[in-house]
Amino acid sequence: MLKRILLAEDNENDLELTLTALAEHNLANEVVVARDGAEAWDFLCHKGAFADRNGGNPAVVLLDLKMPKVDGLEVLRRMREDPRFKAVPVVVLTSSREESDIVQSYKLGVNAFVVKPVAFDEFIGAVKNLGLFWAVLNEPPPDRISPASAA
Amino acid sequence: MKTPRTTIGRKLVTAMMLTSTAVLILAGIVFVAHDYTSSRRAMVQALVTRAHILAANSTAALAFQNPEDATQVLHALGTDPTMIGAALYDSHGQLFATFPARAKPGTVPAAPMATGHHFERSLLAISEPVVETGQRLGTIYLESDLRELNQRLHADAIVLLLSVFGSIAVAFALASWLQRGIAHPILALADVARTVSESKDYSVRSRTVGDDEVGILSEAFDQMLGEIQRREREVRLLNADLERRVNERTAELEASNKELEAFSYSVSHDLRAPLRHVDGFVELLTKHASSILDEKARDYLTKISAAAKRMGALIDDLLVFSRMGRTEMRKTSVNLASMTADVIQELRDDAKGRLVEWKLGELPTVQGDPSMLRLVLVNLLANALKYSGPTKEARIEVDARAQNGEVVVSVRDNGVGFDPAYTHKLFGVFQRLHGSNEFEGTGIGLANVRRIVSRHGGKTWAEGALHEGATFYFSLPR
Repeated sequence: MLKRILLAEDNENDLELTLTALAEHNLANEVVVARDGAEAWDFLCHKGAFADRNGGNPAVVLLDLKMPKVDGLEVLRRMREDPRFKAVPVVVLTSSREESDIVQSYKLGVNAFVVKPVAFDEFIGAVKNLGLFWAVLNEPPPDRISPASAA
Repeated sequence: MKTPRTTIGRKLVTAMMLTSTAVLILAGIVFVAHDYTSSRRAMVQALVTRAHILAANSTAALAFQNPEDATQVLHALGTDPTMIGAALYDSHGQLFATFPARAKPGTVPAAPMATGHHFERSLLAISEPVVETGQRLGTIYLESDLRELNQRLHADAIVLLLSVFGSIAVAFALASWLQRGIAHPILALADVARTVSESKDYSVRSRTVGDDEVGILSEAFDQMLGEIQRREREVRLLNADLERRVNERTAELEASNKELEAFSYSVSHDLRAPLRHVDGFVELLTKHASSILDEKARDYLTKISAAAKRMGALIDDLLVFSRMGRTEMRKTSVNLASMTADVIQELRDDAKGRLVEWKLGELPTVQGDPSMLRLVLVNLLANALKYSGPTKEARIEVDARAQNGEVVVSVRDNGVGFDPAYTHKLFGVFQRLHGSNEFEGTGIGLANVRRIVSRHGGKTWAEGALHEGATFYFSLPR
């Protein structure tokens, strides 16, 4: 069964291409889109526009790095500092191959770092693989793996 | 500070002692010599006076030819133990009377001597005429030993020795006391010099007072210290200024480096995204509208897509090139032989279906950044492989030799070569000597090679001719 994906992406075009790629492989149904880091954080915390949403943590967060308001690294940092989201898989999906970004992401505990290829066929392939792996194959951590519920 | 073999104090004492002793001995010798000669003169004078008295007393005896009387007169000499002998001669020169009265023959001369005196080894002899009222009656002869003279000489020597020893003792005491006044300021000065050199504290002053040369020396020393202190202060100020300027420059450089980094970061993020969109939507357009597009339109879409991909590749290469100039080098030992073998192994896929002969010479171990040097080898070997593509039997040789303290590595191929007229363009960014339809590539590889090698302190150059292959060289310091 398909699990929920949180896609944090500010760029309209990238969003469309990513969703198209996912749709091509029937992976787009359970995608929630956040247009910046703040929205992504709101979704995770059931706040703001997502105050009434149901369901727990997404199976994976696909995170763009360069976003308005709160950038991807900041979202990642907050997630890893928060016991509620510490275990949620995060994949950075970005244009940049900058070494500093890669190093910083792994230091903050990212699960994967994927550079969006310029060539569309490669891009489609990459997104498909990501979707298949994280939303189908991978078994996410049990919801609310917080110390409180574990006790 | 090492201990001197002798001290100034000791030298001064020795000098003073030697001087005073020499002066004393010289003065003593002069004094003794003078005393000796004046004593002799006085002795002669006394003997002559005695002879005159005896002569006056014996005129009657001579005049009346009475030797007993004369002997009696001479007998009076017996009271003087220094008198050895005496004689009276008559006017004919005949021995008339002697003292002692019965002197053995030969004790006194048989005939009168000439008037005057003479010293012999141990005696003084004088001879004087006996005259009365102008008539010469005879000659008197007296002999005295030199006992008194020798005794005096003896006493003189003892006095001299005693005074020399006494003076030496006094001189030693005086010199030891006086040398302190000279040696102490010098030692104090040496102490100050040592303190200065040990603590590097140039504010110390000797403050040795004195109106002599040591005083001048110490004043000069203090002046020198003042000068050193002033210079040191200047140097410190200069250093501080220099450090401040270096810090400023470093900050400026860091700022511009940061800007450069920010620039390349945004290039990496923001320039690639639109290209991805162009390619993505062209692809989607092709998919959705291919049925209503004619051949030409589809060809345009293919070209748009290719251009977007190429620009993506160019941006990627440019970012690598910029990173090669910015990233910190991590130098370690790099074994060029094994690294070259690795790179060739990696390139095997590109050479599939081709006849390529790889030839490796003896490659040394050098100091450098492994990932950067690897990029150099990848670029040069991939180029050799690429440009020898049209050659039936490709042959690529990698070799190294030592030259002027450097290692020169060469990569030779028998490919299409290049026109030597454009050698200067080979290593430029995005410079290509072949059309992209002929050989693909962005033209950044050799620019990277040059940048990396020059960051390692080496040089890059190439030799070649059209259709005759090319050889690329790079040098690395040993």
